[in-house]
Amino acid sequence: MTGRTRMLRTPGIDRVLMLAVIGLLVLGTLLVWSATSHRNDLTGGDPTAYLRRQLVNVCIGLVLMVVVMATDHRWVRIVAPLVYLASIAGLVLVLTMGTTINGSRSWIDVGGISVQPSEFAKLAVVIGMALLVAERHEGRRTGIGAVDVIGMLLIAGIPASLIILQPDLGTLLVLGATVFGALAVAGAPRRWLALLLAGGLVGAGVVLAGHLLKPYQIDRFLAFTNPNLDPRGAGYNTEQARIAVGNGGVFGQGLFHGSQTRAGFVPEQHTDFIFTVAGEELGLVGAGVLIALLALVIWRALAISALSTDVFGRVAAAGIACWFGFQAFQNIGMCLGIMPVTGVPLPFVSYGGSSMFAGLLAIGLLQNIHLRATASLPTRYARPVREGHLVGR
Amino acid sequence: MNPSTKRDPAAERSRLRLIVVRVLVFSLFATLFARLYYLQVVSGDSYRQAAASQSLREVVVQPQRGLIVDDQGRPLVANRTAWVVSVDRTLLGRLSERDRKILLRRLANAVRTPLKQIKEDLVTCGERGSVRGRCWNGSPYQPVPVATGVRQAEALRILEQPEDYPGVLAQQQSVRAYPRPYGVNLADVIGYLSPITAGELNKARKDHDTSVNGASTVGRAGIEEEYDRYLRGRPGYQKVAVDSMGRVLGNEGEVKGHPGDTLVTSIDARVQSVTEKALHDAITTARATYDPVTHRNYSADSGAAIVLEAKTGRVVAMASQPTYNPGEWVGGISREQLARLYSPQAGDPLLARAYQGQFAPGSTWKPFMTVGAFNNGMGPSTMLDCSSGFQVGNRLFHNYESASYGMISFAQALQVSCDTFFYRVGYYFWQKYGQDPTDVHAHDPLVSEAKAFGFGRPTGIDVPGESAGRIADRAWKLAYWKSMKGYYCGIDKHPPAGTSSYLKLFAHEFCLEGNYYRAGDAVNFVIGQGDTLVTPLQLARAYAALANGGTLYEPRIAKAIVSPSGQVIKRIRPKVQGHVTDPAHAISYVDNALLGTAKVGTMAWKMGGFPLDQIHIRSKTGSAEVYGKQSTSWVASYDDNYVVLMMVTQGGTGSGTSGPFVRRIWEALYGVHGMQVDTRKALIPGVVEPAALPAFQPDGSILPPRPRTTGSQP
Repeated sequence: MTGRTRMLRTPGIDRVLMLAVIGLLVLGTLLVWSATSHRNDLTGGDPTAYLRRQLVNVCIGLVLMVVVMATDHRWVRIVAPLVYLASIAGLVLVLTMGTTINGSRSWIDVGGISVQPSEFAKLAVVIGMALLVAERHEGRRTGIGAVDVIGMLLIAGIPASLIILQPDLGTLLVLGATVFGALAVAGAPRRWLALLLAGGLVGAGVVLAGHLLKPYQIDRFLAFTNPNLDPRGAGYNTEQARIAVGNGGVFGQGLFHGSQTRAGFVPEQHTDFIFTVAGEELGLVGAGVLIALLALVIWRALAISALSTDVFGRVAAAGIACWFGFQAFQNIGMCLGIMPVTGVPLPFVSYGGSSMFAGLLAIGLLQNIHLRATASLPTRYARPVREGHLVGR
Repeated sequence: MNPSTKRDPAAERSRLRLIVVRVLVFSLFATLFARLYYLQVVSGDSYRQAAASQSLREVVVQPQRGLIVDDQGRPLVANRTAWVVSVDRTLLGRLSERDRKILLRRLANAVRTPLKQIKEDLVTCGERGSVRGRCWNGSPYQPVPVATGVRQAEALRILEQPEDYPGVLAQQQSVRAYPRPYGVNLADVIGYLSPITAGELNKARKDHDTSVNGASTVGRAGIEEEYDRYLRGRPGYQKVAVDSMGRVLGNEGEVKGHPGDTLVTSIDARVQSVTEKALHDAITTARATYDPVTHRNYSADSGAAIVLEAKTGRVVAMASQPTYNPGEWVGGISREQLARLYSPQAGDPLLARAYQGQFAPGSTWKPFMTVGAFNNGMGPSTMLDCSSGFQVGNRLFHNYESASYGMISFAQALQVSCDTFFYRVGYYFWQKYGQDPTDVHAHDPLVSEAKAFGFGRPTGIDVPGESAGRIADRAWKLAYWKSMKGYYCGIDKHPPAGTSSYLKLFAHEFCLEGNYYRAGDAVNFVIGQGDTLVTPLQLARAYAALANGGTLYEPRIAKAIVSPSGQVIKRIRPKVQGHVTDPAHAISYVDNALLGTAKVGTMAWKMGGFPLDQIHIRSKTGSAEVYGKQSTSWVASYDDNYVVLMMVTQGGTGSGTSGPFVRRIWEALYGVHGMQVDTRKALIPGVVEPAALPAFQPDGSILPPRPRTTGSQP
């Protein structure tokens, strides 16, 4: 085998995606460090405690990513149902065991490590839906029918109902956006999509009109529009987040130098409100780069979806793109006061193991799909290639 | 292979929809960026202002101090909540000069505290105009307490009208309370609390000790000081964000504190109560009694009473007079109260006579001299003359306490407390070893024995500030002469006008040979007169050694440290400080002899009708002469379980003043009524203290321990 042929046969991993993710990981780790280094109440006096823990999370996540990347795509399909079932089991476990642990019902302790199954559930739903469509339509040129849509909704519905019981509104919204995106890209009939959209709106209306939520819960949810609705809780949080971000200006106050961050005014700043650290310390420039990197990841995910030669890859990649896209929007929007306060992490940036692992597993899957799509290319993949080019060859 | 999308309607639809998704996603991200731009650039100034006007206020949540309980679990010191009004100085600083004045005046009226005092409270220590003891040495971000023990109605008024009191806080805080079971006072055992000093705070900060802060109060004197680090607990910290108007915006995190540990003591409240009452009655009775020597009533200006466990050295009761109310210190003490506590006119009530007072022991000293004599050649067969006087050189020493009995033994001499008998003992040893009055290193078996019984050094009891007492031996005399020589030689050379002839003579002799240890010093020493001083606790501890065969304990008040949840953290056992070597078995001889004091000796007239055949009380009385004052009354007594000692200064004779009240303590200890001994009526169930600790229940209640079933009989 000559050097030239090996070069030609080198399977393409998506380097732009890889670099964007690594950029987010580096930035995120720095932000977590900055948000926690002075918080003695969290770190117990060791300023690097959270930095080191987050580095461990990143390393484990990268290993998981590489493993998924290197797995044969046929294996991915075989393992997928197991991943789905495991995450359902995790969610059930949270609901049964979670009640016994201090009111916190989204977490379970596994040997001293807290695991948040709802993070993995998003990945599981994406894979499950993609698998269903793929099994029924791979190689056949039939359109997606009512049976497929209902099947996919069932796959999403089981974990979704378990998440409602926790209740974790943020994750539910993200899941909804993901399912909708996956259905749309899978090619579900337009009337079904319209029906789902309408159903979601009616559902929200019923919840509001039927007084299923207590007034304070609605206030808390809507506090981002008017902080006085919940001045000590969510209203306070969004106000402090806005002040911290606004305090950053164009160039920010410098990493480790944000006055609001140092004083610890913003709650949950290393997890849900991590973006405010970027906003205050790195300013419009740094926070803009952060948004751009996230956009880059989603752009590549959508490109991989378009590039994919099989139904599974197309639907899975699109689902992942919608998941990251909506979650990032939800999280940053919350920090900027244009979305309600719900506890969803910022992918690759927030402190935490479960969301890091689930996110990097998804990246691994994207790369796997990309590898498969480019493996059959006659030349080394150098720049984004549209399907149309292939047809032309 | 040609996966043409033209012939795959599903794939074609996907492609179109992916474009829609892209548009959607990017419009969302564009929204985010636009919003970011709006927040940081367009309205950045207003947010920067908001950021600058926010501040954090640190609120210290003081921990609840640990309880102090007696052997049965009765709280001796507890806590109650009091309203504390504090002022946030950061916010006060933002008011205009005029508003600040109005606010402080309004506040002074509301909490009924002088305006001047509030102003002094608000000054940081070390700043210009700070008043020591009043100034603030806490954190600059922490509200300064200006009034403690504010009435609820007043505190609520401040809470309800925050607009009238910007920057003023009213909170409930825990302060010391004294439940006083059976009316006990115990001030000199417990001690008191006062605010931490700047020096202590700096030291704590240097040692990274986070259990105190600028607003802490720490233990002063007594077990409150000795066990402060267990009792004080750990404060919690709360960070609160406030806006420029001082309105609390939200909680910024909290470090939880935890309450202090409980201290279990061996004090028994019932015994303490009886002891305090007995001492008080002894003093009032003495004050109503005519002194035939000075021709006026006894002034009985101070006194002490102690009950120790003879076998362990634990303190069961300890009382001093005059005393003070420990509650006076709660919430800050006024200057007038403090002046009274330190004043000699009020009898110096802060001086705990029981372990800080130093007095001539008088005849209570003789048992230890007997042990010393026996261990150095004398014995049960030694017979000496108990004459009415004893000539040493040109001076005649009288037999103060007893009549003349002729030739008697040590046992009889102890029982009737014959001075001339013991003069002969002292003179004998002085002649034998120490005829050269300038020889500092001359052997003195009696001084050695006094040291062996722990005199002249602190007993090591677990309260701070104990006095050491003093053995007036040759070395002491030399040291004293050296320190005072200049003064007296000055008087001798140039006597100031109006110097009495007595003082002139004294100064002359002192200047010449004040360091000489003469036979007169030796004979004074042996009967507990002269310059030798003991604390009542030292004497009680030495009598405990007579009771238990010669073991010298460091007395202990504390028995155990128990965590707030009821776990025993540490047991505190009396330490053995030493053993009295006793080759001649003198201790058992003395023990036997002292049995007779109550039957045929100096205590007999006060012990008539007491069931001595059931409760074998050994006792020794003493009436110590004090130059220029009325004599000190001593009674030291013990049996196998207890040592009971009482002392009244300027109180008359030992048995006459203290005797009846020592008897009363014994009766209460054993449940004696007339000739009947009913141990079920004893003050402590089972007569002696239980070995077990009180049981601390999870609900916070404390149950008494199970009484000891064995050894309850005297």
